[in-house]
Amino acid sequence: MKLDPKIPDGPLAEKWDRCRFANRLVNPANKRKYDILVVGTGLAGASAAATLGELGYNVKSFCIQDSPRRAHSIAAQGGINAAKNYQNDGDSIFRLFYDTIKGGDFRAREANVYRLAQVSNNIIDQCVAQGIPFAREYGGTLANRSFGGAQVSRTFYARGQTGQQLLFGAYSALMRQVAAGKVTIFPRREMMDLVLIDGLARGIVCRNLVTGELERYCGHAVVLATGGYGNAYFLSTNAMASNVTAAWRAYKKGAGFANPSFVQIHPTCIPVHGDYQSKLTLMSESLRNDGRVWVPKKKGDNRPPQDIPEEDRDYYLERKYPSFGNLVPRDVASRNAKEVCDQGKGVGETGLAVYLDFRDAIQRDGLDVILRKYGNLFHMYEKITDQDPSIQPMMIYPAVHYAMGGLWVDYNLMSTIPGLFVLGEANFSDHGANRLGASALMQGLADGYFIAPYTIGNYLAETGSGPLTVDHDAYSESEREVKRRLEALLANRTAGKQGLRTAADFHRRLGRILWDYCGMARNREGLEKALSLIPELRQEFWDRVTVPGSGGELNQSLERAGRVADFMEFAEVLVRDALARGESCGCHLREESQTEESEALRDDEQYSHVSVWAYNGEEKPAEMHKEPLVFENVTPSQRSYK
Amino acid sequence: MAARKISLNLKIWRQESPDKKGAFEQYRLEKINSDMSFLEMIDVLNERLTLEGREPVAFDHDCREGICGMCGAVVDGIAHGPEKATTLCQLHMRHFRDGQTITIEPFKARAFPIIRDLVVDRSAFDRIIQAGGFISVNTGSAPDGNAIPVSQTKAELAMDAAACIGCGACVAACPNASAMLFVGAKISQLALLPQGGPEREKRAVAMVRTMDREGFGNCSNERECEAVCPKSISIRNIARLNREFFRASLFSDENG
Repeated sequence: MKLDPKIPDGPLAEKWDRCRFANRLVNPANKRKYDILVVGTGLAGASAAATLGELGYNVKSFCIQDSPRRAHSIAAQGGINAAKNYQNDGDSIFRLFYDTIKGGDFRAREANVYRLAQVSNNIIDQCVAQGIPFAREYGGTLANRSFGGAQVSRTFYARGQTGQQLLFGAYSALMRQVAAGKVTIFPRREMMDLVLIDGLARGIVCRNLVTGELERYCGHAVVLATGGYGNAYFLSTNAMASNVTAAWRAYKKGAGFANPSFVQIHPTCIPVHGDYQSKLTLMSESLRNDGRVWVPKKKGDNRPPQDIPEEDRDYYLERKYPSFGNLVPRDVASRNAKEVCDQGKGVGETGLAVYLDFRDAIQRDGLDVILRKYGNLFHMYEKITDQDPSIQPMMIYPAVHYAMGGLWVDYNLMSTIPGLFVLGEANFSDHGANRLGASALMQGLADGYFIAPYTIGNYLAETGSGPLTVDHDAYSESEREVKRRLEALLANRTAGKQGLRTAADFHRRLGRILWDYCGMARNREGLEKALSLIPELRQEFWDRVTVPGSGGELNQSLERAGRVADFMEFAEVLVRDALARGESCGCHLREESQTEESEALRDDEQYSHVSVWAYNGEEKPAEMHKEPLVFENVTPSQRSYK
Repeated sequence: MAARKISLNLKIWRQESPDKKGAFEQYRLEKINSDMSFLEMIDVLNERLTLEGREPVAFDHDCREGICGMCGAVVDGIAHGPEKATTLCQLHMRHFRDGQTITIEPFKARAFPIIRDLVVDRSAFDRIIQAGGFISVNTGSAPDGNAIPVSQTKAELAMDAAACIGCGACVAACPNASAMLFVGAKISQLALLPQGGPEREKRAVAMVRTMDREGFGNCSNERECEAVCPKSISIRNIARLNREFFRASLFSDENG
């Protein structure tokens, strides 16, 4: 596998300019001769499809939901970063770049991250012009707030629904292009395979989720904006339909998968409370600004929290990290929560939770002040748990939240398959080993509005606009394989086998393996154990999964089973990647790689690279390639929050 | 309150496809944990049906945190169920009694044809937005964000309207199956902001006409939409919609 990152020459600040100047352009009159397929309608997919339509290309846009407006970008709460420096507090493009690359623990490409910071300002302008109701100051200017990992105030927000509002902006731009006839939308479609013709990405095979029919679509370029794979862990903050299928199909057709083990585990989620639980709900980490995290000092102390006196409480974050206290980064907070629970000090029915206590903040500032800041979160917490955080402390626990890893892309956001572009959370490009808060929305929209439309144009100008057809053998072959797989999922039940189990049941067991052995803290022994358990479970899945109904109808069980089947294969590569990375970095602690004070120890000598996994056939394990990371403008430093 | 275990009798609308006749089917569930969400309760039922070799109940859902707008059903006659300002996924079983019978039906409206069981086709909402629920600004042509000042009050009112998740409960609750709250929310958001000014008249007329064409009914001020809206969108937005529509129809050149 050839990994040429195609980083333009010249000083960091000029690279994007040089790239745009070097890019070939498609004549405006010729743009209508090109068809582009965009899969996914979250921030990255909707913004790319809309912008490509505005430019004059013919775009087909696909999503699994019933409307493009429902993609999971909608759930992002906190905000979106930009280097506007409206607060006059010393922000700059370089500072946003630096914070992002440092936050990612120096495991991202300098050139990509710098470009992200450069276009961040255009995003805010675009979104304001679309009518997104950002929070405002009294004078009518845009308001900002501060967010984790930064000492400047650069986060723009629309109440606690920033993702929703930004998505509605991109969706409305998309709908405008539908009305203009430049974009056609195909909702309730799931991409089942990528079609390559002469080595170029030229089309997709989709399943129409209403009729069950397989459909073929061709285009001069294919864009995947299909989100992250956090649901491999079963329980996560992702939406139920979030999956790895589209990316995994592309991987099996030759796209490299980069850093799959870089998974962010968010510290402040509502804890698991039962086997039937289907998802975990995130509580904004802004709560840690005023809440104090603690557990009882004694193991198994099951007194109600309000009866536990001060001297019996361990405010472990304040104790271990006196300068950052409760505001340590996400990975440190998550890891420490797990550690105290592993020691048997966890609280709640399952013992897998810690307290986040607002008692002192309420005494200090008054309940009304605290409710003004966090009222909606308190309300949401109470709705789910039936407990009022203003009377008793919240219980929180970490949960899988965001995938930094994804399909490998070059500077132009093109994968190792020519003509296949990957945007947003689906690619690996900007967040290194850890994503900072309010950066996901920024990256999705940067890729879709301001980067891919230029770089795709260059690719199209180079490859030309020859006529395309779906009557190619490559489509029939893909369809055959997709059908074979769907039939295999339905086969156990049709054959009347006994002792079958549901796809959800297998999914839960897979998630348990990943969470136990490839979660916040990992070690060789556990990862090797996972590598023996996953293939066994996969075999059992194919032997014993039961899927009701048929392939020729709306069949949500079949959809789920297909996604679980792909998670079963993907999980193995995820664990292999974790095993190969013998260092602690970003979101994960590798237990063999710690400082004397038991803190994460990065190893730049051996691991300053992107790990890229290549499909090697069904029989052989995936093969790892490396893209070395070169730092010319920043010096990687060890993080310390003591 | 600690979790309880409750038993339930479910009456669920089952319909194999748009053209087949549907009917209620009854199911009994035992030992349902009252901390479960309503959709998790249906998950439990579906797991059981699957293992028994029966067809599980099809229902739309995705984020399960009350923001995507994908889920929704009529529970005992109320869209999204008995709790105020709550989507179905955020409704918890602690609000139901042990032994209670719960009737679950899809959102019913002429403009929302049933696809299967509780799944309906809400694509009419997308077509209404296509008619004008946007501001025509191409990527790259925006002025600096702070070049367009917006008063805090206006921004807040616009945000109140923009919070609509497009779930369609308003339509399902309305005796006329009107989409006025949905349309009013979008028209209000964009009419309140200076950015929406240039297309204000055109937008109001085009969106209202599309709404009518899609087969939604008229508003007769029943306020049922506001009562069930999971995001508490106010019917003031309908008043604003009417104002915008009349303004455009009577005083504008763009009503052609």
